[in-house]
Amino acid sequence: MAKDKSKNKILTGVSFKFGDDISTDLIAPGRLYHLRSNLPEMAKHVLEDADPGFADKVKPGDFVVGGRNFGLGSSREHAPAIMKIAGVGAVLAKSFARIFFRNSINVGLPALVCDTDKIDDGDELEISLKEGVINNKTRNLKVKFNPLPDVMIKILDDGGLAEHIKKNKGFNL
Amino acid sequence: MGKTISEKIISEHAGRELKAGDIAVVDVDVIMSHDGTGPLAVSQLKKMGFSMVRKPEKSIFFIDHASPSPRKELSNFHKGLRDFASQSGAKLSDVGEGICHQILVESYACPGDIIIGADSHTCTSGALGAFATGMGSTDTAVGYALAKTWLMVPRTIKVNFNGKINKGVFAKDLIIYLIGKITSDGATYRALEFGGEIIDELNIDDRFTISNMAVEAGAKTGIFPSDDITREYLKNHGRENCFRKIFADKDAEYEKVIDINCSVIEPMVSQPHTVDNALPVSSLEKIKINQVFIGTCTNGRLSDLRIAASILKGKKAASGVRLIVIPASREIYIKALKEGLLETFIESGAVVQPPGCGPCVGIHQGVPGDGEVCLSTQNRNFKGRMGNPDSFIYLGSPATAAWSSIKGYIADPREVL
Repeated sequence: MAKDKSKNKILTGVSFKFGDDISTDLIAPGRLYHLRSNLPEMAKHVLEDADPGFADKVKPGDFVVGGRNFGLGSSREHAPAIMKIAGVGAVLAKSFARIFFRNSINVGLPALVCDTDKIDDGDELEISLKEGVINNKTRNLKVKFNPLPDVMIKILDDGGLAEHIKKNKGFNL
Repeated sequence: MGKTISEKIISEHAGRELKAGDIAVVDVDVIMSHDGTGPLAVSQLKKMGFSMVRKPEKSIFFIDHASPSPRKELSNFHKGLRDFASQSGAKLSDVGEGICHQILVESYACPGDIIIGADSHTCTSGALGAFATGMGSTDTAVGYALAKTWLMVPRTIKVNFNGKINKGVFAKDLIIYLIGKITSDGATYRALEFGGEIIDELNIDDRFTISNMAVEAGAKTGIFPSDDITREYLKNHGRENCFRKIFADKDAEYEKVIDINCSVIEPMVSQPHTVDNALPVSSLEKIKINQVFIGTCTNGRLSDLRIAASILKGKKAASGVRLIVIPASREIYIKALKEGLLETFIESGAVVQPPGCGPCVGIHQGVPGDGEVCLSTQNRNFKGRMGNPDSFIYLGSPATAAWSSIKGYIADPREVL
């Protein structure tokens, strides 16, 4: 298997802008509970209570860009998992609720803390995980993001927590 | 420098001295998930190559969120959890036993424990002096497999409840008031440690309500020191032997200390669609309600049902209001039955449903219609939470809920208490 060194990856895509307090209920609604055994099907509804039609518009690699406290609420890991399945390349926000943040890394979806006021809906972004910089090509400006803690980089590099545990036969953080 | 409760518990479980900001792999005492998050945990366990759990006597799968099952997909989730529990030796808490967080405090959680659960309200066990925190399914799967997790030791915000609690004001009002003050991310990545002058006046049910909602301020956990009230609760559940005193050092270092003067707190509600959208009931216009729900891991306990029944006794829910009551566990259900509380509810027009999460998670047992308003004693009111993004959820205490169900609009329980 090719080494997936997330630190060296360059991600490119278009921004889909959301507001503050995007809850996991908005990302993966409870009324679709029965689809938790069929995440590709659930992914067709990702974020639809915040932006109906998002799942149809998003293209592989595009970015979800939120405001404050992204991912608050329920611990359902299905929320970042279906974002990833829908093709979202990374989620950017001013701040994240902690369980969502941890879950994102565990499922291999980069979650980056930065000043999202510098990103508009539809902006074209190029993100260097290694350099910690988001290049907003539309607005021609660069936005820095906070580096992830080392333990999370290790988990992300291994392709998520399950892969990390499998590979190391336990924690190796 | 002394230690906070979180620093003490996490240091003990890491086998070395840690302070806020340190990251460590720690031993975990209790691991749990439920029918919403457990199936993914089981599939992650299998993906990692595990067919057993490390600590079967303290690894639990709960069937509470969609219980009894309203549709075949969920029945198959339940079946999968039963099969895995039976094969791995893990504990299963099946339909009718109650809500995971309530069963944990009744039967599993001990002061000083580290508890991880695939549910954000796992922090409820913090009321017994445990470091209890919610995680996702994969973290929980690793917990089941290894009885270990990794944690960053959180900085701690100390919250002192001082002054005097007014008549008609309950633990739910205190915690809604606090969250309104510090906002829904005011404690993100932090532990909340509760104390203050009136801590001895808070009974164990009050403490469960407060710890339960710590996550609504973003907190990693919400901890009370353990004391005689904790000991009494454990004793009543045949578990006095797991009592130990858990407290912070006098010179513990807090990021911040918040003093709450309870004397100024009135009955509170959280308005749609965030918990921190908090206001005193007295400042609301007459907001007509279609449904009232009394129950959940926040407020489905015996003292909650007692206060609600005392208000509803001999009265009827207003025409056009559906009143739903759900005890949090079988133990509470039986006690409420013996005390005649359930009869009072039924006579007042309520639908009493079996122990479990009920309509809180939006799957069954009372999904509101388009444009409808539900006043609930649950812990969160996000858009779509109860299964309909076009409905409106207000949060309040059991007393506010009971009195409002009679009035037909959100009403101040001080009018009747």
